[in-house]
Amino acid sequence: MTRIDNNPEGGAANAVTVRGLVKHFGDTKALDGVDLDVREGTVLGVLGPNGAGKTTLVRCLSTLIVPDAGTATVAGYDVVKQPRQLRRTIGLTGQYASVDEKLSGWENLYMIGRLLDLSRKDARARADELLERFSLTEAAKRPAMNYSGGMRRRLDLAASMIGNPAVLYLDEPTTGLDPRTRNEVWDEVQRMVAEGATVLLTTQYMEEAEQLANQLTVIDRGKVIANGGINELKAKVGGRTLQIRPTDPGQLGAMARAIAEAGLDGVSGTQAVPDEGLLNVPILSDEQLTAVVGLLGARGFGIAHIGTHLPSLDEVFLAITGQKPTLQESESDDEIQEVAA
Amino acid sequence: MSTATTAEAPTKAPTGIRPPVMDADGRIGPRANLRHIGALVRRNALQIKQDPESMFDAVFMPIIFTLLFVYVFGGAVSGKGNQGEYVNYLIPGLMAMQGLNIAMAVGTGINDDFKKGVMDRFRTMPIARSSVLIAKIVVEIGRMMVATSILLIMGFILGLSIHTSVLELLAAVGLSLVFGASLMWIFILLGLTMKTAQAVQGVAMLVLMPLQFGSSIFAKPTTMPGWLQTFTDYNPLSNLADAARNLVNGGPVAHSALMTMGWAVAITAITAPLAVAKFRKRT
Repeated sequence: MTRIDNNPEGGAANAVTVRGLVKHFGDTKALDGVDLDVREGTVLGVLGPNGAGKTTLVRCLSTLIVPDAGTATVAGYDVVKQPRQLRRTIGLTGQYASVDEKLSGWENLYMIGRLLDLSRKDARARADELLERFSLTEAAKRPAMNYSGGMRRRLDLAASMIGNPAVLYLDEPTTGLDPRTRNEVWDEVQRMVAEGATVLLTTQYMEEAEQLANQLTVIDRGKVIANGGINELKAKVGGRTLQIRPTDPGQLGAMARAIAEAGLDGVSGTQAVPDEGLLNVPILSDEQLTAVVGLLGARGFGIAHIGTHLPSLDEVFLAITGQKPTLQESESDDEIQEVAA
Repeated sequence: MSTATTAEAPTKAPTGIRPPVMDADGRIGPRANLRHIGALVRRNALQIKQDPESMFDAVFMPIIFTLLFVYVFGGAVSGKGNQGEYVNYLIPGLMAMQGLNIAMAVGTGINDDFKKGVMDRFRTMPIARSSVLIAKIVVEIGRMMVATSILLIMGFILGLSIHTSVLELLAAVGLSLVFGASLMWIFILLGLTMKTAQAVQGVAMLVLMPLQFGSSIFAKPTTMPGWLQTFTDYNPLSNLADAARNLVNGGPVAHSALMTMGWAVAITAITAPLAVAKFRKRT
């Protein structure tokens, strides 16, 4: 069997190519014709609410379930025809930590190393190396069941990295974690990405996709409803907000009035936010940004900091579907708000 | 205020240690297969070390059964309150029963075990899926060996005497282990098919009771009504109990031993592939 060459555009090759993927469970269509691509060395965020089909997608791509229709190739191997070869090229970290709870962290990693055909010596070295890297050396000998949620998730990530997978699936890697632990996991993922990992990340957290992904595929009820770079998607939704922090917070009101009175073309709705010491100016172009900053400078206002803020992905979802993400469980709703807050 | 923190130009992945290259078809060679089974046996053994209570049944079941049956039934079955004679009748039979009991525990255990996330990891790894099941069986045979040793020690304390030789005793033990291993495939299949561990236990008890008591394990079938004798004659547990008994006490072995082996091979040949297929498909 030969690897399928999937490099039609001549750029970086696709690590994952999915076309028209369908999976039914009884009457429900978990996947209803999904297309997506993950380029080598990039992170694709698959964003969608609970029940959108994200986990089904990952299970199809990791050979746990067989799709009813459509094709999917990972690292050039077909998920249905070449599952054995494909399994050698992937790493999976699920929503539920897939490590053996009764085994220690070290034993878990050693076992997986041996299952991946490392020699005893190499498996030992790799286990030590990854425990060190994921800051688990101290807990190495303790059973995983005594680990905190974040430690377990890190162990799970370490386990997925043992075979240096060509493609790593992260299925909702921070669901159910508190904000501090979530940041730990993000740091690890960002490190892996910086080192060149190809990642397919599913998430229902807008903030997570924004932090980790280059490209985004938004799915809802088993269908892709939007596709593109994060900034592209945001641009679709509307303009940016220019945020200005004056050196003297007392001048916020005066600055807002100055902008309003100047009547710059297309600039309106300037808001002073005294609580944060910020002035928010909605803008549509770089010219407007320059004009606003120039105006304030010319009037002698001191500016300590400026930045632009793109709309949140919550707003993106709203703009694409015309509704808030369809959530199946009220519990997840809370989680989203917690993260967005 | 970071809106685009992700790196646009990633560097190359660290080389580190790469697993050996597979053959073009991705098939797993026999040596790799053995290595995988070894790693998984280690996992199952470490689980027992972590949770020693899981050995309670293997350790205490033989003690309680021997005491109970020898002293409750011993006098009645052999008449004249002569328990000593019954020990030599019962202990080889209990070897057969133990295989069935431990095999049943495998079914309920596997039902729980296979709901865990780690099974998803195994099923996404380049290993033969049967190796997960085979490793489980290897460890359970170890548990059976512990249980059988304790059973024999109890037997010797209560007056078991070997009329043949140690070699034949070992043959009896070996035969019951082989048969017990084949039974495990049935219960693994049950454990993978049914939804809950309780359901597995329920069905297992339904099968277990008639098979155990409708056999030559506890009493001579010649004392039973004709229809029941027919059942016990075809009951593989009777074959195993007879073979083990005659190996220890002396007597014709060939027929019952061959029947036992035949059953073991037939059961494994049918249920093992079904269990592996079930494990493969389980989502």
